Amino acid sequence: MSRMNMVQAINAALDVTMSGDPDVLVFGEDVGYFGGVFRCTDGLQRKFGPRRCFDTPIAEGGIVAIAVGMGAYGLRPVVEIQFADYIYPATDQLISEAARLRYRTGAEFTAPITVRAPYGGGIFGGQTHSQSPEAIFAHVAGLKTVIPSNPYDAKGLLISAIEDDDPVVFLEPKRLYNGPFSGHHDQPIEPWSKRPESEVPDGRYAIPLGKAAIVRPGAAATVLAYGTMVHVALAAAAESGVDAEVIDLRTLIPFDLETIAASVEKTGRCVIAHEATRTCGYGAELSAAVQEACFYSLEAPIERVTGWDTPYPHIFEWDYFPGPARVAAALRRVMEG
Amino acid sequence: MSADGPLTADGPLAGAHLAATSGALRLHIPAPHARPGEVADFGYLAIPPAGSAPRPDPTCPAGETAPLTTGLVRVLDDEGRAVGPWDPGLDDDTLRLGLRAMMLTRAYDERMFRAQRQGKTSFYMKCTGEEAVAVGQAFALDRGDMLFPTYRQQGLLIARDWPIVDMMCQVFSNTRDRLKGRQMPVFYSSREAGFFSISGNLGTQFSQAVGWAMASAYKGDSRIAAAWIGEGATAEADFHYALTFASVYRAPVILNVVNNQWAISCFQGIAGGEQATFAARSAGFGIAGLRVDGNDFLAVYAATAWARARALANLGPTLIELFTYRAAAHSTSDDPSRYRPADEAAHWPLGDPVARLAAHLTARGAWSGERQAQLEAELAEEVRLAGVEAEGYGTLQGGPRASASTMFDDVFKEMPWHLRRQRQQLGV
Repeated sequence: MSRMNMVQAINAALDVTMSGDPDVLVFGEDVGYFGGVFRCTDGLQRKFGPRRCFDTPIAEGGIVAIAVGMGAYGLRPVVEIQFADYIYPATDQLISEAARLRYRTGAEFTAPITVRAPYGGGIFGGQTHSQSPEAIFAHVAGLKTVIPSNPYDAKGLLISAIEDDDPVVFLEPKRLYNGPFSGHHDQPIEPWSKRPESEVPDGRYAIPLGKAAIVRPGAAATVLAYGTMVHVALAAAAESGVDAEVIDLRTLIPFDLETIAASVEKTGRCVIAHEATRTCGYGAELSAAVQEACFYSLEAPIERVTGWDTPYPHIFEWDYFPGPARVAAALRRVMEG
Repeated sequence: MSADGPLTADGPLAGAHLAATSGALRLHIPAPHARPGEVADFGYLAIPPAGSAPRPDPTCPAGETAPLTTGLVRVLDDEGRAVGPWDPGLDDDTLRLGLRAMMLTRAYDERMFRAQRQGKTSFYMKCTGEEAVAVGQAFALDRGDMLFPTYRQQGLLIARDWPIVDMMCQVFSNTRDRLKGRQMPVFYSSREAGFFSISGNLGTQFSQAVGWAMASAYKGDSRIAAAWIGEGATAEADFHYALTFASVYRAPVILNVVNNQWAISCFQGIAGGEQATFAARSAGFGIAGLRVDGNDFLAVYAATAWARARALANLGPTLIELFTYRAAAHSTSDDPSRYRPADEAAHWPLGDPVARLAAHLTARGAWSGERQAQLEAELAEEVRLAGVEAEGYGTLQGGPRASASTMFDDVFKEMPWHLRRQRQQLGV
């Protein structure tokens, strides 16, 4: 057991899987010698050599294409897209190729690849270093989309993602890399070391994909969140006085409807929170799924708290970010309903 | 219209310099030399004589191939003789097998084209006139080498002796279709044949092949990858990804541009072929390049073998432009008489690949018109019988059908709950 922040936990997952399987390769922009702009691959090239962990040209579409080809050969590549905002040139290879390769070949060829990318705001990254594109990938048949919210989960989920035989988009909430974040940007930064989730087992362990976690049991309302918004939801529960049950989805596709429905049937109220833009966001799917599964248990309309339908604005970051006050207000509204 | 081609010493760029002094800017929109109703004329093409291209050693510095990217590697001359340093010296039996595979490819195309017209399949694509590309290259590659084709390299499967019944079953989307009716006709895939799944999003396979080749090199394997792309799709980012990554990591891959002059209705100038050859793009990436008479079985074979030897020597990729002509329509949904002279194929100066190899074999005393006619009849019968068998497993028009429940399989390795639920909703 070691104390780790999320960067170290991700690094540990890569280390463990590379140690256990020579077919796991790690590459991307600046990930080799330098160890990644967020340091997630720090030391891997030194330990495993440049053929296992290497730098690539600045070509996200090329990086994912290479991974698909390697996957077809039989390797298990893990690539880093430096920011999720840069992933769009790779969407053809992800959506048209990796996601459908198993299907279109009758399972003769597969793409057991993992595409890691830091996502989300909170670091003054402006519109090209802050986006949350998870709904784009969640919409694609054949892709799994995973988002951890703490170091323990990050390591266990990333190991599962790498070992999974299907392509996985693994989005890392970059604001959580170095510490949990309640959304109170004016408060001192808290390190992970004070949190129990920073206790990360040494060696291999896996958190199954498709399983949500109840991070705060509660009886009055259910909050569905993932990534950074899990911590915002926890703060909102504490500050609103509403005894909310906070569910961390962890895997967006396939998502854990069983855990979600059991909670909403118990509480009768549901708030969905994500940082991404609202319209056609992942919350819309969650809202529909909850409505379909729990219609007769609902005591109030489902609330969505999301980023606004604008590009992520640099100087108005905290006006854009769906912070704890907005989530708390939504909680109070569902309680009035 | 410009009378200058990329191969002439004073090409269009020379004229552009003069025009630049006139003041007002002018947008250039490339146009082909002839449209419907005009006289097809390939006189603007500079076709070097067979045997004139030098053949450097496959281990030469990449830069030494620069002259070969603007010329044309040709072996078969107009009299059907194999001449010059690129003659691969193949024996009669191998050449007859090559001829047979090309003719079988053509016969197969004819049969499946008719099947589409009869409504037995929704779609078909012929490779008429381009048979030497796929067949010649397959002959020069090792059976274990991995192929990343486009939809016009069905000859690769045929040259690898893949059963045409299996191919037909894919085209018919019937119960024996190994792709379970999920792919459009002709989008074959076969792991056993070393033939990667064809994509309709053009170019994606080009960069994937480089990844496969890097994996092979990483594992210390001895198999290389070969990829194909049409000249039209070289404008896609994947072409540049492929050349960049292949160059950077010296991937053991052969990157083939099939320049068949037409990308549906757009002549190769729209893809950039008016300013420079596609093979010449290799220079900017520091990789070897060859420009080859794509209708010359021997030249195609020799260039591919050269590139393969280079890859096996860990000297990385070769970009090969196969200069050919798409004699048929783009697909059964296309009508080329709308955008090019109806008889343009007959004017193609590099002839027909089947006729040229047959003439060569005849010149060697290893073939005759009689044997040619006999083989044609044999192959037509072989294809007919295969068609009867494949149609017995079902066609688009009818026959046995697989259960629609299978369409939920293989989205993921394990079917998640939401797909199980949707399958139940479909009621299958």
